[in-house]
Amino acid sequence: MSLLELKSVSKIYGPLKALDNVNLTVENGEWLAIMGPSGSGKSTMMNIIGCMDKPSLGEVILDGVDIAKESGKKLTEIRRDKIGLIFQQFHLVNYLTAVENVMVSQYYHSMPDENEALEALERVGLKDRAKHLPSQLSGGEQQRVCIARALINHPEIVLADEPTGNLDETNENIVIELFRQLHRQGTTLIVVTHDPEVAEVAQRTVVLEHGRLVKEIINENFEA
Amino acid sequence: MKKQTMFLRMITASLLRRRSRMLVALLAIAAAATDFAGAEKTSPYWRVDGEWPSKQGEALIGKEIAQTLALSTGDIVTLTYDLETKAATADEASKNERNQNSGDFVVSGILDTGGNEEKYIFISIEDMEALTGKADIFDMAELSVSASQSELKAYADNITNQSGGVSARLVKRVTQSENTVLSKLQALVLLVTVIVLLLTMICVATTMMAVVTERRKEVGLRKALGASNQSIIVEFMGEGLLLGGIGGLLGSVCGFVFAQAVSMNVFNSSIQFHWLLIPLTVLVSVLVTGLSCLLPVRSATDVDPALVLKGE
Ligand SMILES: Nc1ncnc2c1ncn2[C@@H]1O[C@H](COP(=O)(O)OP(=O)(O)O)[C@@H](O)[C@H]1O
Ligand SMILES: [Mg+2]
Repeated sequence: MSLLELKSVSKIYGPLKALDNVNLTVENGEWLAIMGPSGSGKSTMMNIIGCMDKPSLGEVILDGVDIAKESGKKLTEIRRDKIGLIFQQFHLVNYLTAVENVMVSQYYHSMPDENEALEALERVGLKDRAKHLPSQLSGGEQQRVCIARALINHPEIVLADEPTGNLDETNENIVIELFRQLHRQGTTLIVVTHDPEVAEVAQRTVVLEHGRLVKEIINENFEA
Repeated sequence: MKKQTMFLRMITASLLRRRSRMLVALLAIAAAATDFAGAEKTSPYWRVDGEWPSKQGEALIGKEIAQTLALSTGDIVTLTYDLETKAATADEASKNERNQNSGDFVVSGILDTGGNEEKYIFISIEDMEALTGKADIFDMAELSVSASQSELKAYADNITNQSGGVSARLVKRVTQSENTVLSKLQALVLLVTVIVLLLTMICVATTMMAVVTERRKEVGLRKALGASNQSIIVEFMGEGLLLGGIGGLLGSVCGFVFAQAVSMNVFNSSIQFHWLLIPLTVLVSVLVTGLSCLLPVRSATDVDPALVLKGE
């Protein structure tokens, strides 16, 4: 059984179809990139897969459960237990230190554990920055804190919406390297990106245009 | 680490690292608590406009007399005493000037008590003896004591029982009038306290509303990370109540200092501090804060994680 299956999914805002009859299957452990111009519905799709929004039509089967039919409370639980989120704008709590931001995720999931949070920061190369506030970190460092936070609860699926959109070349490479590690550990990865370089490293790329899936590219030279 | 430890760490970090907004709310709560603590106290006492007589030739004039005679501090008043045992009529007295003693007195102050004392003139015993020509004769000593009726009765009984030849009586009119003033004043202060508490609730509610609006993004983020509506409520309430408690504590201390200062300046007497007032004030502050936070905090749960995270 596939980990995630979108069946005839549409998201309709008045006259606008942000998603238009999308069908997509993602296997467990797969690394998928989603590309498309601005306004093509990429974020809408991520929000639906991430249990933060519901489709207007269609089914979204995640781990055997149709999340389109679940209540808000149940969606919160699924999101907490199965999904790790990484955003373009980082979104850290600005009055908490790096390590505390990672611990917030643990707090909602199960138990905060400072040592474990520090280990996660060490994995993204930020152990010495653990006590810094987000305002004292560079954009790249903030994004790495976000990645550490997304990983801390060992999610089945990591969703990243333009994770390198605000980063320079060096930090982009660090983030890609972290994705590679995640993939090797068997985490399912869905990465929305504008950047062909970030899409190229994935196993498969799908392209959205005006809410429709128009193209699918399998990466023949994929290396784990 | 326990969940509660992280909870405390989050709310204290929020309060300490986001000072400005919280300070406003804190001050509001503290101000209300100040007033609340102050309301407990207040006993009206003799209020002297000017000075107490400090030497011979000075007189303290009751307010009623001062008004009738249009006297003010620094004026000279002439007091005359009939040497005849029986009171002469006004007519005879004016003809018979040799039978009178008189003296000039400087008005050192006007006495305002809200009671009978306003109809009296107060001079030193030496002046009194000179005026009357009689020494060491006391008919009556009047004491003005602010206390409850039953306390006063106990004092009076004590004096009558313990000292031979002196009988102490309660002058009801005096004590009652003081009681009336006292209860009126207390009602007034209570009213002011209720109004201040209401204003505080409005202030805290609007501040909390601003805090929630300011932090919509953070709420969305927390929800995206898996926070339930309940935990969002608990976190904001935790911050609010902690602040309410600190404000209450601060307020009860300020309230005491303030009440003490008022009491010393206006009533010339110090007040006792009731330790019970601290937990009571803190409790009221926490309750008031909790009540005013309810609506704003509920609105925090309306935040949609998807909308907040959809870019800037
Ligand atoms: N809440 C909403 N209400 C109305 N229109 C929306 C809403 N969210 C997104 N849209 C529209 O849906 C389309 C797809 O948006 P989005 O998924 O954010 O695009 P992308 O992430 O690919 O740039 C856009 O035209 C956007 O204006
Ligand atoms: Mg987008």
